[in-house]
Amino acid sequence: MTDRNHITAALRSAFPLTIPIMAGFIFLGIAYGIYMNSLGFHPIYPILMSLVIYSGSMEFLAATLLLATFNPLYALVLTIMVNARHIFYGISMLEKYKGMGKKKFYLIYGLSDEAFSINSTADIPRHIDRGWFMFFVTMLNHGYWVVGSIIGAYFGAFIPFNTEGLEFVLTALFVVILMDNWMKEKNHRSAGIGLCCSVICLVIFGGDLFIIPTMFAILAVLTILRKPHEKVEVSTV
Amino acid sequence: MTMSVTQQVITIAMVVLGTMLTRFLPFILFPAGKTTPDYIRYLGRVLPTAVLGLLVIYCLKDVTFLSGTYGIPEMVGVASVVLIHFWKKNMLLSIASGTVVYMVMIQVVF
Repeated sequence: MTDRNHITAALRSAFPLTIPIMAGFIFLGIAYGIYMNSLGFHPIYPILMSLVIYSGSMEFLAATLLLATFNPLYALVLTIMVNARHIFYGISMLEKYKGMGKKKFYLIYGLSDEAFSINSTADIPRHIDRGWFMFFVTMLNHGYWVVGSIIGAYFGAFIPFNTEGLEFVLTALFVVILMDNWMKEKNHRSAGIGLCCSVICLVIFGGDLFIIPTMFAILAVLTILRKPHEKVEVSTV
Repeated sequence: MTMSVTQQVITIAMVVLGTMLTRFLPFILFPAGKTTPDYIRYLGRVLPTAVLGLLVIYCLKDVTFLSGTYGIPEMVGVASVVLIHFWKKNMLLSIASGTVVYMVMIQVVF
């Protein structure tokens, strides 16, 4: 009974943080379901693909892959390039995901942009179980995405109001979380580095190619700055 | 469609494999049971905020500033989020407000 209350408390704590993602994901999931329908796929395709791929941009691309010539190696390489930024999520979560037991595998599996942004920055109350909290953030996000795809696949044509622009909710989420961290931190260097490297690489390489150069640029700058950073940290302690 | 069902399944499996590779790789290279190198732990501390910056720019990467809407809906939307969050410090309120402002601009104004 204590254990169950424990888990319920974590769920209640995690849910509010995922509400913006619920809005964004259900909308995008619906858009994805509609898109797959328009390409002639049976509804079971978007539902299963949302369940197992769980990478929004890659699922849209997978649809075009399925309509093209069979080329599994290309599919693999394209996926790795499109999702390369997730490697940074993993590095960031190495310490936080320690001691999670079997839940860790699902946490890694579901480490999307949104799960990363919440789990890496949330101030989890002391009485809340960290493992279950992050598990529910991940699971709720995944669930919203699948539910959205189901709605889109079966009922997309009947949505009564204009949802154009709703996808902005996810951009707003990242801005808010970035702001929270900015106000929390004394040192704004990391955020500045992330923003500047991204803008510069976006201008140079364009929207389709800038992610990987940005990752290398961020790594390079953070590495160069490491020693002064470390010294500052040591002297602070 | 030119693919058989088997080929479709293989293609989807490749996409799953690629996605999971990017997510699991750090955890495979630096397992929990061993001491993580200092450099990686340093990255673990400083990367999150840098990556959040990357994500914001990633979300705005398709904005065109030299034609169409000139990026005005996006900039006004982001500005709304920043101002309301700075003023009210309420996550849901600032996200909802910014999104509504953006939707109104995209659907009505432009």
